[in-house]
Amino acid sequence: MTVESTAARKPRRSSKRTSAAKTPQSSEPQLVQLLTPEGERVEHPDYQIDLTADELRGLYRDMVLTRRFDAEATALQRQGELGLWASLLGQEAAQIGSGRALRDDDYVFPTYREHGVAWCRGVDPTNLLGMFRGVNHGGWDPNTNNFHLYTIVIGSQTLHATGYAMGVAKDGADSAVIAYFGDGASSQGDVAESFTFSAVYNAPVVFFCQNNQWAISEPTERQTRVPLYQRAQGYGFPGVRVDGNDVLACLAVTRSALERARRGEGPTLVEAFTYRMGAHTTSDDPTKYRADEERAAWEAKDPILRLRTYLEKQKLADSAFFTALDEESETLGKRVREAVRAMPDPDPMAIFEHGYADGSSLVDEERAQFAAYQASFADSAEEGN
Amino acid sequence: MAVEKMSIAKALNESLRLALDTDPKVLIMGEDVGKLGGVFRITDGLQKDFGEGRVIDTPLAESGIVGTAIGLALRGYRPIVEIQFDGFVFPAYDQIVTQLAKMHARALGKIKMPVVVRIPYGGGIGAVEHHSESPEALFAHVAGLKVVSPSNASDAYWMMQQAVQSDDPIIFFEPKRRYWDKGEVDTESIPGPLHKASVARTGSDLTLVAYGPMVKVCLEAAAAAQEEGKSVEVLDLRSMSPIDFDTIQTSVEKTGRLVVVHEAPVFYGSGAEIAARITERCFYHLEAPVLRVGGYHVPYPPARLEDEYLPGLDRVLDAVDRSLAY
Ligand SMILES: Cc1ncc(C[n+]2csc(CCOP(=O)(O)OP(=O)(O)O)c2C)c(N)n1
Repeated sequence: MTVESTAARKPRRSSKRTSAAKTPQSSEPQLVQLLTPEGERVEHPDYQIDLTADELRGLYRDMVLTRRFDAEATALQRQGELGLWASLLGQEAAQIGSGRALRDDDYVFPTYREHGVAWCRGVDPTNLLGMFRGVNHGGWDPNTNNFHLYTIVIGSQTLHATGYAMGVAKDGADSAVIAYFGDGASSQGDVAESFTFSAVYNAPVVFFCQNNQWAISEPTERQTRVPLYQRAQGYGFPGVRVDGNDVLACLAVTRSALERARRGEGPTLVEAFTYRMGAHTTSDDPTKYRADEERAAWEAKDPILRLRTYLEKQKLADSAFFTALDEESETLGKRVREAVRAMPDPDPMAIFEHGYADGSSLVDEERAQFAAYQASFADSAEEGN
Repeated sequence: MAVEKMSIAKALNESLRLALDTDPKVLIMGEDVGKLGGVFRITDGLQKDFGEGRVIDTPLAESGIVGTAIGLALRGYRPIVEIQFDGFVFPAYDQIVTQLAKMHARALGKIKMPVVVRIPYGGGIGAVEHHSESPEALFAHVAGLKVVSPSNASDAYWMMQQAVQSDDPIIFFEPKRRYWDKGEVDTESIPGPLHKASVARTGSDLTLVAYGPMVKVCLEAAAAAQEEGKSVEVLDLRSMSPIDFDTIQTSVEKTGRLVVVHEAPVFYGSGAEIAARITERCFYHLEAPVLRVGGYHVPYPPARLEDEYLPGLDRVLDAVDRSLAY
């Protein structure tokens, strides 16, 4: 689905963001919000969006199925089918909103948690599970959906995105590039360098920071003393904080930033203010460092619930829609479960594949030794040893 | 005597606690080292007891962690920094290689760099990319750094004490898949020097040299070889830079055969250095070429293939047989 809309940014000279930047003390700067936690539609002077009922239901469906997929993966990890899982629970609106703002020719550079963005790009969700099961390091061709491989080393991909965007600009294309990263990653030198490069070269890139409040056990205050979106100002491009649990606002703000990039006006930093409801990964134990009440407070801002409230109140979706979606979720869960269980272990010889595009005599030699060594077991078995 | 049975993880924790307790200049820095106690809980409880000023949760930036540790060391502190996993040390590699390693020499010895960089390393825990690597040779190759790795709880405890007391930068590789292995630690006995290899098992037919996670595999291989009537000596190198070649030489002069085992790729690995030097020193004692067992020249594979990649009992025994067949 591609959401068509009339989201348009007014000239940004008078933007509120500029004034917010002057008051770094304010700990809760204004968020761009179009849908309140209570499911009320509100207007924002800079960001308008006008979606059809179909499009609204589409966004809802995306979020529900993404959450279902995520829950299934978590369960599969618990059952020993996956070695690890990084859940996106709570971040559905940030990912679906931004993901649905993209055009097919745009290019995405994700971290390791962008399952909802992958969904929007049309990457088969089962492909995301190979690396978490331990059968590969990626499992999809980035160029099929313009969705790069997951990047585990924090912040690295922001430079790749910037370089890619520099290439887009050199080519005279009007595509845009989006780089996802976390609040913790914002501390990395690579991220600072990507801000510098993108500003200096006016690269058509959108930096989409999901501030989910935590970097494993470290709260955002351990990474920054000013609201993250304000960092952009020092590099010479706009930054905006959006309610990351509001799918409409995420869509409008990201679309506006992408359009700005397409117009040749350079990078934008979008800070989606959201919350990681689960553990950092299935290896993490958040009870060691954060209070239950915090999660409870954020649950009240659940991105899926608020859109559902809106859809129901406005009578944009009936019970048949929700029932059908429940069934679709179950089908997706089942498909994912079966696909993972059926995922074979790779052939040992695969170790030697793809180290080099042009091959290497060293690897050839080691491959041959390895094959002979493996074969020696077969031989001794035949000899009955 | 205060002998206690504890895991390697616990031994490191106790040793860090002792270091913080003994010297107010000792600091611990890293990602998640505070409340969480590190992702492997090596710093568990230390922030609670020593405060946020001594056990410091840092921003998520490895270059920043090592770079500021250098500054703190210049100011008289003795930082122990934690890099969360092997594959994440590279953002800090620049600071380690171009600055930390060279500072003492640049200042003509006028300044010291008592910084310990702790890195949980190696595979075998079923992790995703960048969580299972053995980059020790990349550090051992750099002049100015010392590189060590304990293989058991006692060494974990004492080598950490010695590393903290050293005025040189120490890259302290912790064998993460052995964190939960238990052993006896005598917290009062005076240990041997930090860079001395130890004889983990005596034997007369062949010498196996290993360090960190591979020592256990080699001890198992030696036990298996014993059942076939082969007497294998196992050396625990403990230090990859400098290397205690004297201990290896003594052993090889006795056995005449040497096999070096590590998880890191064989190509340009520490085994290459040992093979070359021992060939120089023991040419007339060697009955077979020095053999090496280790990783391949490929990116560390996905978890479901790591058992094929990592040297296990069979590959070590295979090398033992090949050496003995000369
Ligand atoms: C260079 C580097 N250092 C450390 C890590 C280990 N690590 C993985 S995720 C993570 C926290 C990341 O937090 P954040 O950027 O806020 O993203 P989130 O996981 O919360 O989405 C850390 C420290 C890593 N992957 N890469």
